[in-house]
Amino acid sequence: MPFEGIRQNKSLQALLGLVFGTVFGFLLQKGGVTLYDVIIGQLLLTDFTVVKVMLSAILVGMVGVHAMKAAGLVRLHVRAGSIGSTVIGGLIFGVGFAVLGYCPGTAAGALGSGALDAAVGMAGIVIGAGIFARLYPVLERSVLNRGKFPAETIPQLLGVSPMPVACAVAIMILVILALFATMGL
Amino acid sequence: MSDWLLSATWSPYVVGAGIGILIWMTFLFSDRPLGVSTAYAKTAGMIEKAVSRKNVASMPYYRQVTPEADWQWTIIIGVIAGGFISAYTAGTFALSAVPPLFAETFGADTLFRFAVALAGGIIMGIGARWAGGCTSGHGISGTLQLSLASWVAVICFFAGGILAAGLLFGFRFL
Repeated sequence: MPFEGIRQNKSLQALLGLVFGTVFGFLLQKGGVTLYDVIIGQLLLTDFTVVKVMLSAILVGMVGVHAMKAAGLVRLHVRAGSIGSTVIGGLIFGVGFAVLGYCPGTAAGALGSGALDAAVGMAGIVIGAGIFARLYPVLERSVLNRGKFPAETIPQLLGVSPMPVACAVAIMILVILALFATMGL
Repeated sequence: MSDWLLSATWSPYVVGAGIGILIWMTFLFSDRPLGVSTAYAKTAGMIEKAVSRKNVASMPYYRQVTPEADWQWTIIIGVIAGGFISAYTAGTFALSAVPPLFAETFGADTLFRFAVALAGGIIMGIGARWAGGCTSGHGISGTLQLSLASWVAVICFFAGGILAAGLLFGFRFL
């Protein structure tokens, strides 16, 4: 793999994390998705900014990452989930999403734009992560591995190569975005 | 060019495309997907470590998510800085405590908003670690890799979120 020297350099990586984070926070703030009203508006299905940002990011990111994967430049980082981990954790996350009105990334961007309630929310996320770490040994034995998914990726699940699935997802995203445009959302 | 760079808001499609390109960079130069919720777990671990070093060493979760200021931690500092740079240079930086929609629905009491935000944050922190990622790690970075778990996760994030928001604010789209 190329860039192995850069990838293994720990202090450079800590700096790169800061740089990538800064670009991410800048973009989230420019997109308006660091606003509580925009995020809650998405969950109330009255404002589709969040989904527009996410779908465009998935579309562009998917094309580039899969092209670089095919060229041997990058490797994928996927893990198999489970009903006990992904579904239950995802639903708990969703409830927190609606109560807090920010997600872990947008809360940080909101704090940068001056939203003090986002700072309180971030403290809450740290506390929640700490609670999870304490519960982890028990949850790992009892819930997290229940109903393991049969595959790590959708192409593996379907037994096909990534290309047709990526094309199908790309078309699906373009159709959804076109529908938003025609519906005036 | 600089007018556009400094304008308060950009098209969500431009922002999304920018995030997509950013993720090419994180894969290429850092061999990582873009995710931020791990930073919160690392912060919790750092606090535990400051209180009791021995305790942290005995907790299995912090052997997986090591409490150190590496890439996965510095990213969150960057997000705060990036949000500030964007807002400040556009002239929209302003301290606020109660968002308008919250105030009109539940009142403008700052302490009440903080209590709700803290509770929501705790629930979200548990959920993010339980599911192994958040809106960025699963919702964007995972889905674009066509990860099965990430597509299931993002559907559950929105299913839980739409249901909970509907119960709190009323199902306004109906």
